[in-house]
Amino acid sequence: MFRFIVRRLLQLIPTLLGLSLLLFVWLHRLPGGPETALLGERGTPETRAMIRRQLGLDQPLWVQYGRFMKRLLRGDFGSSIDTKQPVLDEFLARFPGTVELTVAALIFAIGIGIPLGYLAARRRAGWLDNLSVGGSLVAVCVPIFFLGYLVKQLFAVKLGWFPPTGRQDVTIDATRVTGFYVLDGMLTGEFDAAWNAIMHLILPGLTLASIPLAIIVRITRASVLEVLGEDYVRTARAKGLTERRIRGRHVLRNAMLPVVTVLGLLTGGLLSGAVLTETVFAFTGIGHFIRQAIDNRDYPVMMGFIMIIAVIYVLVNLLVDLSYSLIDPRVRVR
Amino acid sequence: MSEGLPRENQQASTAERSGGMALTQLGKRKIEKLERLAELSAINAGERGESLWREAFKRVRHNPAAIVGAVILAIFVLVAVIGPFFVPYSPKDTRWIDQVSVARNIIPGPSADHWLGLDHNGRDVFSRMVVGAQKTLLVGIVATAIGLFFGCLLGGLSGAAYGLGGKAGRRLDNVLMRFVDMLLAMPALLLAVSIVAILRPSLVTVMIAVGVVAVPTFARLLRGSMIAQSNAEYVVASTSLGVSRPRIAFGHMLPNSLAPVIVQATLTLATAIIEAAGLSFLGLGTPDPSEPEWGTMLNDALQTFEYAPRLALFPAVGIIITALGFTLLGEALREALDPKLRK
Amino acid sequence: MRAPRFRTAGAVAAVAALALVVAGCQSERGSEQPNKPEQLVFGTAGDPKTLDPALASDGESFRIARQMYETLVAPEEGTAKIGPGLATEFKPDASGLVWTFKLKQGVKFHDGTDFNAEAVCFNFNRWYNFKGLLQSPDVTSYWQDIYGGFAKNEDQDLPPSLFKSCAAKDAGTVEIAITKVTSKFPASLALPSFSISSPKALQDYKADEIGGTADNVTYPQYAMEHPTGTGPYKFVEWDRTNKVVKLTRNENYHGATKAKIKDLYFQTISDLDARKQALRSGKIHGYDLVAPQDVKTLKGEGFNVLTRPAFNILYLAINQSGNPALAKVEVRQAIAYALNRKAIVDSKYPEGSTVAVNFHPPSLEGHNDAVTKYDYNTQKAKDLLAQAGYATGLTLKFGYPTEVTRPYMPDPKGIFELMKADLEAAGIKIEPVALKWTPDYINKMTSGKDHDLHLLGWTGDYGDAYNFIGTFFDRQKDEWGFNNPALFDQFAAADKEPDLQKRYGLYKELNKTLLDFVPGVPIAHGPPSLVLAKNVTGVKASPLTDERYYTAEFTS
Repeated sequence: MFRFIVRRLLQLIPTLLGLSLLLFVWLHRLPGGPETALLGERGTPETRAMIRRQLGLDQPLWVQYGRFMKRLLRGDFGSSIDTKQPVLDEFLARFPGTVELTVAALIFAIGIGIPLGYLAARRRAGWLDNLSVGGSLVAVCVPIFFLGYLVKQLFAVKLGWFPPTGRQDVTIDATRVTGFYVLDGMLTGEFDAAWNAIMHLILPGLTLASIPLAIIVRITRASVLEVLGEDYVRTARAKGLTERRIRGRHVLRNAMLPVVTVLGLLTGGLLSGAVLTETVFAFTGIGHFIRQAIDNRDYPVMMGFIMIIAVIYVLVNLLVDLSYSLIDPRVRVR
Repeated sequence: MSEGLPRENQQASTAERSGGMALTQLGKRKIEKLERLAELSAINAGERGESLWREAFKRVRHNPAAIVGAVILAIFVLVAVIGPFFVPYSPKDTRWIDQVSVARNIIPGPSADHWLGLDHNGRDVFSRMVVGAQKTLLVGIVATAIGLFFGCLLGGLSGAAYGLGGKAGRRLDNVLMRFVDMLLAMPALLLAVSIVAILRPSLVTVMIAVGVVAVPTFARLLRGSMIAQSNAEYVVASTSLGVSRPRIAFGHMLPNSLAPVIVQATLTLATAIIEAAGLSFLGLGTPDPSEPEWGTMLNDALQTFEYAPRLALFPAVGIIITALGFTLLGEALREALDPKLRK
Repeated sequence: MRAPRFRTAGAVAAVAALALVVAGCQSERGSEQPNKPEQLVFGTAGDPKTLDPALASDGESFRIARQMYETLVAPEEGTAKIGPGLATEFKPDASGLVWTFKLKQGVKFHDGTDFNAEAVCFNFNRWYNFKGLLQSPDVTSYWQDIYGGFAKNEDQDLPPSLFKSCAAKDAGTVEIAITKVTSKFPASLALPSFSISSPKALQDYKADEIGGTADNVTYPQYAMEHPTGTGPYKFVEWDRTNKVVKLTRNENYHGATKAKIKDLYFQTISDLDARKQALRSGKIHGYDLVAPQDVKTLKGEGFNVLTRPAFNILYLAINQSGNPALAKVEVRQAIAYALNRKAIVDSKYPEGSTVAVNFHPPSLEGHNDAVTKYDYNTQKAKDLLAQAGYATGLTLKFGYPTEVTRPYMPDPKGIFELMKADLEAAGIKIEPVALKWTPDYINKMTSGKDHDLHLLGWTGDYGDAYNFIGTFFDRQKDEWGFNNPALFDQFAAADKEPDLQKRYGLYKELNKTLLDFVPGVPIAHGPPSLVLAKNVTGVKASPLTDERYYTAEFTS
């Protein structure tokens, strides 16, 4: 197990090296070059020249790349053109928001998706089955920003059930501990603040959950159907096990495998779906900030965030692979 | 398979690609099945690929979902290809602007002259929808073609190298796949955005960005499929008969490996359309807003949603239905080709 | 054993999700009254750049500065006319070069130090002596617009400073000397950039240490965390992650009324639609730049929509340094004739908007109705183009900003599309150039040669026509790309004319000249609106967007 983890982490290195090279080249290919990325498109020729010297842009490319890598290894991704703060700080300040949103979306996707998929499979071709299969097909075809807009218009504006924007009411004077607002509220005993943060998670969470939900419904349904036809389930029935036990011990558990795979994938996917969702709901997580960086041509932020997200994504997938072996003893990690 | 767990992971990464952008994720899961399909199809590999296709086609014909999907697509393609020649007005003609006043919330609705009414710039919405279908189809097809071409180049090379190239081949495969991994590790949307940042927004840039996002998916898929083929008996037989390796790879293995790729392309068409709309929403679409493109139209219409929701609904429904058509057809094709589901 | 755990986990997740939804529905009442009447949240379109108004030039920074700071002179509430501010009286000597300001007594800064003549001169000397990065036009653009240069100009292109010296005669009297008579002084002192800061805070928090290296400019501590003025609100915190600036009542405010609402928040919600939805659901109590299509709707729903006078202009700029065709006056006139400006105003602008005749609003002295008017005439445009030898084949790059609305430009994209269709009808091909407002658009359109046409506008800083036409045309600028010394001389003469009536006459002549020269096409004056919650009253709309919220109160 340990060796497996180490090997997987080592495999990360070429990927990240390549990625950094790609980003480095990208930065140099930008119209105006890296000094434009750092200066914005302002600045006189003189200041440009000065900055080129300061940044060592007059040196050979490989020297520049070496320096660039050295900075990256120190966790120095440069500073945001827009906010003047270090990119890593900006990321860490917003990451908890996106994590909360992603967790909310996963809770919705799993909490609704698995039971629905299971029920659909149990009553195959029933109305629930048709509805969930049809619904999940349509759900993935709706542009997520439009879905978010509709959801917001209906539940926040027309019905007024949930707040339309933000992570927490600004007028709530909450104490910040971890940056995870729900957790902070619990830790400090400010339950109204935690509750307020939860309310802010519902609409964006549901919107972001739409695609994973659709996928989980279909996957659960398909795997339950598949497992129901397997020999061991038939054997179990023949042995006279109770239907309850069969469902619990054999069907659901085996059907869980592909679901977990998909969850890992979705966690990565949610990160980038967050750009659209967070924009629609003015939810101040990393997606929102990336959107802002796109608007402001804040290249250091875009570049730094891509690197960090890539690392997170690979790590999440490593976790998913590890969780396989916990769920299914047949999968043995080498 | 010899690769054991890491392969699981590759599937996982393949499946991810879709990133935040909708459909591909569904596609992802499919890839898993497709790779299995790729392996299984190698079993009856002695036969030519056509019988598989013929059989699949037979099955698709009996699948109502596939029929619905095909009908939707037929209508869409028909409208997109012939429609623009028959639209009543130019989609950019703002002649009726004097009937529009956003301050008074007046945007004339459907009438005999304008079947779907006017838009916020006094243009004929029907004409825009029809010409927009063409642009939307174009974006989808070109983007998919880009992804397909480069994906197959990478995947085909990689798969052939791995399957037939011995040790050196595996090394080449490893290098190529690390490159694909790199693309995979970038969130789809950010990848697309980075591309637009270098190339400046335009419809062509959107196509390239959406296409590049699909490259790793195709590459993974074809590679998996080729590797599965490389174990097939006919490959072993040809090799022992002394047929040249490139000939085996591109004359036999490639054609036999294309089925899952083609299915994936159908699904990618749907994704491409939705992703293009997402880029428009982020302001990275065409810089000429008078260009009738559904994503841009939808995004513009959100400003006037409260008193003219139809302006948003037309393009939204257009996008959804079209994507649905591609999805239904792609799904049905996949099911038809998956021997495991034939039971 | 594991199986049940699975089932339980699933069940828990399902129940949790369900509970959230159900609870959400039930808490409706709870979420409707989160804002006690002691807290007002105003939604803004963007973050402030800095909280030190001397270093700011953007509207969002100024909006916040106006609540915390005060200026020597101030616009009279709801008008563009200048009246007393921190100075109760001000008058020039016979030469017009030395102005005496009598200061209000008993005023204290938020940090408890005294506001007096020394403090005023400290501020002026600070601005005048800016060095290094602080002389960058991005950082101190308003000082450079009004006063030109600094004590020691580090860039040879900077003109000599208009400011000469500041002298504290006694605690309550200040004499400010300037180097030439101009329409800009003292009216420009009302600009938020010339707010008076606490000298102690400026020193304590190193206000001039704008820092780091050139690739990592950081604003000084003062500008980020310790803005200290004399205004009715004082600074509490700026939560940059959540994009909220929090202010609280200055209990020692010197004015007649202290702030009525205790806490004032400015929350950035960049999406216009999201602001509207936040307002409707009671999460914010107001926002600026209501879209024309929402004015009517929001009024109908009972919100307080405040419409400012149309103290602005949208123009189509023509750059003469790029495409040689544009150096020909016939081509520029053809462009003017080709545009159906009335249709643009009628379809895109709020009620009360007008087609612009001059490059400044009609309410300002010097407006001239007897100028060439360029009524919509596609045929005439074609004729003029033919005359200039460009009947066909003229392609122009036309820039417009994306994802932004300006007070004078409610729908840039829509306006661009209409103009494009008009120009193409006259036979001019248009190549669209879509750029983000900041930093790309403004930078590109106001520098270099690589743009032919673009949309830009201006909201007046104070009530003088020179603030419009002079700002645009009184010197050679990259935005327009022409050099017309005769015109520049005409401007110089008008600016230094001390007799108001004579000066207004000169403005009229300038307007005539401008409309014959057609450096651009004046398009529209549109009244921008801001909206406040149904139960918020007491705020007065200002043509200068100089709204103060300390008079706001909740009525219930």
